[in-house]
Amino acid sequence: MGVNVPIENRDILQTKTQLKKERFRLFVRRFLNNRLALIGSSIMIFLLLFVSFSLLFMNSSPLEIDPANRLHAPSSEHWFGTDTFGRDLFSRVVHGGFVSLAVGFSATIITAIIGMIIGLYASYYKFLDHILMRICDGLLAFPDVLLAIAITAVLGPRPINVVIAITVVKIPTMARIVRSSALVIKEQTYIEALKAQGASSWRTLWMHIAPNTLSPYIVQITNVFASAIILEAGLSFLGAGVPAPEPSWGNILYDGKVVIFNAWWMTFFPGVFIVLSVLGLNLFGDGLRDLLDPHTNKANK
Amino acid sequence: MQESLLEVKNLKTSFSTESGVVTAVDGVTFTVHAGETLGVVGESGCGKSVTAESILQLLNERTTKYEGEINYKGKNILTLNKKQMQQIRGNEIAMIFQDAMTSLNPVFTIGDQITEAITAHMKMGRKEANKKAIDMLSLTGISSPEMRFHEYPYEISGGMRQRAMIAMALVCRPNLLIADEPTTALDVTIQAQILEVINNIKNELNMGIVMITHDLGVIAEVCTHVVVMYLGQVIEDADVESLFSNPAHPYTKGLLQCIPQIDGDRSRQLYTIEGIVPSLDNVPKGCRFSQRCPHSDAKCLNEPPLLEEINDKHKVRCWHYDKI
Repeated sequence: MGVNVPIENRDILQTKTQLKKERFRLFVRRFLNNRLALIGSSIMIFLLLFVSFSLLFMNSSPLEIDPANRLHAPSSEHWFGTDTFGRDLFSRVVHGGFVSLAVGFSATIITAIIGMIIGLYASYYKFLDHILMRICDGLLAFPDVLLAIAITAVLGPRPINVVIAITVVKIPTMARIVRSSALVIKEQTYIEALKAQGASSWRTLWMHIAPNTLSPYIVQITNVFASAIILEAGLSFLGAGVPAPEPSWGNILYDGKVVIFNAWWMTFFPGVFIVLSVLGLNLFGDGLRDLLDPHTNKANK
Repeated sequence: MQESLLEVKNLKTSFSTESGVVTAVDGVTFTVHAGETLGVVGESGCGKSVTAESILQLLNERTTKYEGEINYKGKNILTLNKKQMQQIRGNEIAMIFQDAMTSLNPVFTIGDQITEAITAHMKMGRKEANKKAIDMLSLTGISSPEMRFHEYPYEISGGMRQRAMIAMALVCRPNLLIADEPTTALDVTIQAQILEVINNIKNELNMGIVMITHDLGVIAEVCTHVVVMYLGQVIEDADVESLFSNPAHPYTKGLLQCIPQIDGDRSRQLYTIEGIVPSLDNVPKGCRFSQRCPHSDAKCLNEPPLLEEINDKHKVRCWHYDKI
């Protein structure tokens, strides 16, 4: 480490900022060296910027019908062409992207929080473990899409209900990941040492076990995000998700299905965006896993 | 005689396992006074660590049963509830663990972990707590404590981690310290330094210490009183001089003969105690050491001896201590 100034000449705060800066620089270097994380995050940033800038500067509405210009191929006027009602596909894809990403993101965040709580408590209290994990087993027994359809069928096809459906479907996986790593951490000597210091179970659980489960948890979050986007697209495609005429990548695909042989752009563009976002998230997740887990970390200069 | 700080009376710790109830600590009795270091010595699996963890009740609550009394400052702490016990742990009785490598949380800095102990037990501002933690770190003789304060456990050496552990245990100024083999993972030079640190702090705070070890050298170095354990029982209880000069139990004698002498006869083989420690779920009927003891007879095999007093400073659990 490049600490050359004698310690006595500096105060604690300075040492601290110095160490922090150095750790940060090291992290940035490792991140830039990690190709997967770099590509994945570039794709995600590109998508986010694309969607938000287009939303800001776009003048055409995604709902404006123009029957005279239906099913036009991509042109300088309509970059992605128009759909069966003559609506501008570019604006629909961008708006749909916003809806899809927002639904996916909020579902992921809620899943992450509830999954963490369930996983941690299940690992710590044997009694809760039996109850919570059996419920999770029950939920895991259903295929994802089927369960999600069942939930939206009951609650009605609205974006908020799609979020609820995805959350319910994804919580068991999340809770299991947290629980399994928390079970390992719980048996570590430092947790016993903590107890010997008089720490309450709340403190042990949240201040010490939780941070140690973070790295597999964060990686899992990116995976859940990716599959939430797919699940949302699937639900909307089947008519159980975001309802028409409100656009989402899934229901644009559904509209395009009917005319797939004479208007390729209707399936191509939303499809490309779904692929890009899922690919980006998965690459980013893989990269993060390598970055956060010192065991898979190759010594790179 | 001064009042005792910790009085363990007939402590019995048993676990319910799949193969039935196993009693790992069976009727252990000892006393620690303030400013005194009690050594607990014995081989692996004799119940030293379980005794230590029983004092703080750290063992799995659902499978462990404690019997007997653990009187801390005259109050039986086995009867306290969870909240009251949390107040005792760390604040009144602290513990240092054997393996410093794994006893610190890898995701927090040394400083964070030490200050956490302070803020958990005392009402104190962040700044003040930080200062106190750094003072404590420098008391343990760690080099450049301000720097170490902001480092993570993986960034420092084993000896430093053990010092950090000691700082963490002692920062709330406990009255009793339980050190569970604090030096086994360290090399001899660091071991000597750590023992000196513990001794210095003991004098400063007038603590009582329970030093658990299998190293008789450590016992001779720091302890004033020794308890020898074998298979969950105390078999000899003496002050350190009489234990080394005048061991009464054949097991203790064997242990002392196992130490290589630097000026001894090298052509002779080193003494070993024959046999292995019996398993806890198959405890011998009579004296627990009888199967390995060179002096055992029919009485030893059938009747368990009691802890008898040789003189007021020396107790032994053997039928024939006066003859051998």
